[in-house]
Amino acid sequence: MQELLDKYFRKDKLPHIWCPGCGHGIVLGAVVRAIDKVNLDPDKTTVVSGIGCSSRAPGYMKFDTLHTTHGRALAFATGVKHAKPELNVLVLTGDGDAAAIGGNHLIHAARRNIDITAVLFNNNIYGMTGGQYSPLTPTGKVATTAPYGNIDQAFDICNLAIAAGATYVARGTVYNVTQLIGLISKGIQNKGFSLIEVITQCPTVYGRRNKMGTTIDMMKWQKENTVNVKAAKKMSKEQLKGKILVGELYSDTRPEYTEQYTKIVERLQKEGQ
Amino acid sequence: MSKNKPILMQGNEACARGALAAGCRFFAGYPITPSSEIAEVLSEELPKIGGRFIQMEDEIASIAAVIGASLTGCKSMTATSGPGLSLKAENIGYASIAEVPCVIVDVQRVGPSTGGPTAPSQGDVMQARWGTHGDHPIIALAPNSVKETFEVTIKAFNLSEQFRVPVILLLDEVIGHMRERVVLPDIDSIQIIDRKKATVPPEEYLPYKPDKDGVPEMASYGDGYRFHVTGLTHDETGFPNTGSENTDYLIRRLHEKIEKNLDKIIMVDEYFMDDAEIALFAYGSPSRSSLSAVRKAREEGIKVGLIRPVTIWPFPAEVVRKAARKVKKIIVPEMNLGQLIGEVEKHVKSDAEVIGLNRVDGELITPQEVMEKIKEVL
Amino acid sequence: MTVKITINKAWCKKCGICVAFCPKHVFDGNPGFHPKVARPEDCIKCKLCELRCPDFAIEVRSDENE
Repeated sequence: MQELLDKYFRKDKLPHIWCPGCGHGIVLGAVVRAIDKVNLDPDKTTVVSGIGCSSRAPGYMKFDTLHTTHGRALAFATGVKHAKPELNVLVLTGDGDAAAIGGNHLIHAARRNIDITAVLFNNNIYGMTGGQYSPLTPTGKVATTAPYGNIDQAFDICNLAIAAGATYVARGTVYNVTQLIGLISKGIQNKGFSLIEVITQCPTVYGRRNKMGTTIDMMKWQKENTVNVKAAKKMSKEQLKGKILVGELYSDTRPEYTEQYTKIVERLQKEGQ
Repeated sequence: MSKNKPILMQGNEACARGALAAGCRFFAGYPITPSSEIAEVLSEELPKIGGRFIQMEDEIASIAAVIGASLTGCKSMTATSGPGLSLKAENIGYASIAEVPCVIVDVQRVGPSTGGPTAPSQGDVMQARWGTHGDHPIIALAPNSVKETFEVTIKAFNLSEQFRVPVILLLDEVIGHMRERVVLPDIDSIQIIDRKKATVPPEEYLPYKPDKDGVPEMASYGDGYRFHVTGLTHDETGFPNTGSENTDYLIRRLHEKIEKNLDKIIMVDEYFMDDAEIALFAYGSPSRSSLSAVRKAREEGIKVGLIRPVTIWPFPAEVVRKAARKVKKIIVPEMNLGQLIGEVEKHVKSDAEVIGLNRVDGELITPQEVMEKIKEVL
Repeated sequence: MTVKITINKAWCKKCGICVAFCPKHVFDGNPGFHPKVARPEDCIKCKLCELRCPDFAIEVRSDENE
């Protein structure tokens, strides 16, 4: 831990602001360990975030960091990546930030297959603003703005990203942090748009209001309610009922956006136009 | 005298070429009449010189991408019209507080809402100042010809880089779409200003520590400075600090960058003002009708002059105050129901009578109308 | 080869995750209290406590990497 802290963290900014038992610290740890695993150069890596609990993460990372406006991290990140393609660009975002106000930018970043790795901290709630429901809050759950139970249906944000054109999509949990580190590492290495949805817990507003017990109970819930996508292939529809698939959900190769554009630039400059 | 041959050029194209001359190497935009030609020209020209273009999914994403690109050290621009400027407001405010140089072109059309997409207007003038929330500095410039659009686009980039502030370029549909004979200045004769790069090593770098002129040095992403940029009120380290003392300091410093450098920002032309008893105060397209009316009136012995600001924000208060002490009346022709006239009145107070001349029918204000108004107030 | 597990009490927010999920029950303590390294000798250095600590407050060191 100490080596990671010295190399990748702005230690003077710790302890962080997240509540006791919030899963976001585990996700941030996984992101940093994935970066370490694939050996990204922090001098050439920009970490972008939007607004919300998740989006305070880059502030603790010793990288070029950009804390933008709500929902717009992927659009800012597209500008960074497209203007300077040699930079590694990660986006740390939340379920509200990415799937509600940021939804349009998410599907377009995926459609373009621009080489950005987006890690979506999904705690099913707007935590920073006190517990309103989000597009990833399951039906029936209670929130400050769904006092009678949420009647919305949540997105399957991974399938949405796959349909939009992302070339690497995975889902992990903070409970299985080892798997999560692997999924994020592969996402970073994917030369295209990668989305890793991370099931993380908000014990303070979501867990308490929905009587899901302590952060420990919420992590146990993650273990008991997820099924690895490989194992799921051998399970019946009945067995899979209500289960969340985790692991690598989709992986494909498609031309990467900024590389395609650079080819145009090189062609034009060769033709000496 | 420029070695360039005279050519017939559209206003929007002149804006795009001015951006290239200024060193713009990134454009992100979204199609909208009457500004799409700017994007079209840059989509063709930027890659030829190693620049990069992208059409984003909406105007919000366009300004966001421009800010992201600018943070990598790249001069960046977007272009839109009223509806797009409305959408960009929040991120323009972000560029203000995070002090990220960028240029936003607004080719104004009749509003509100969809309004008259192919008709000229000056209805976004106050939006250019107060479109985004909170006290924030902004610079807005308004050229009135194709050639001046080329020059003022360069000025917009220079000011944006020099003071690390978003600059809004206010055209209207006529200036954007009309074609004029233009002799562009030689490239090497054009003054280009770049942002102050970071001169201290990364470990000593404070991204928001101002120099004497109130403007901090600016590192770029990818140079190993590993600095933090946020829309939250922040201190010199760039990290969030919402304490009252720091908040007051930051907001006032952001404004002082502009207020203490008005001499470098405010550009105003004056015609026939020495002995004027009546003055016209006009910018953009109406300033051309006003100038021809002033000339005709002078031929008839009427002592009238024209004040023509290129800089709309910060408002050229000094010039207006000085004129008000000399002339009895100030006529303010605008293609709106009276917007900048409010600023004129604010600074003129009772030194002179201020009279509006307003059109909101999507047509240009004609020299005849200006002439009639001059005679009316005589 | 003994193991040294240190807890940074300044950062630890006493969430109890390490105590609950250590496969060898090396820690004692309940949520709301700092965990105690009760049985370091049982530690198998899987480092799951380090990986799952939301506060980056746990360090598991063994003699080799002293």
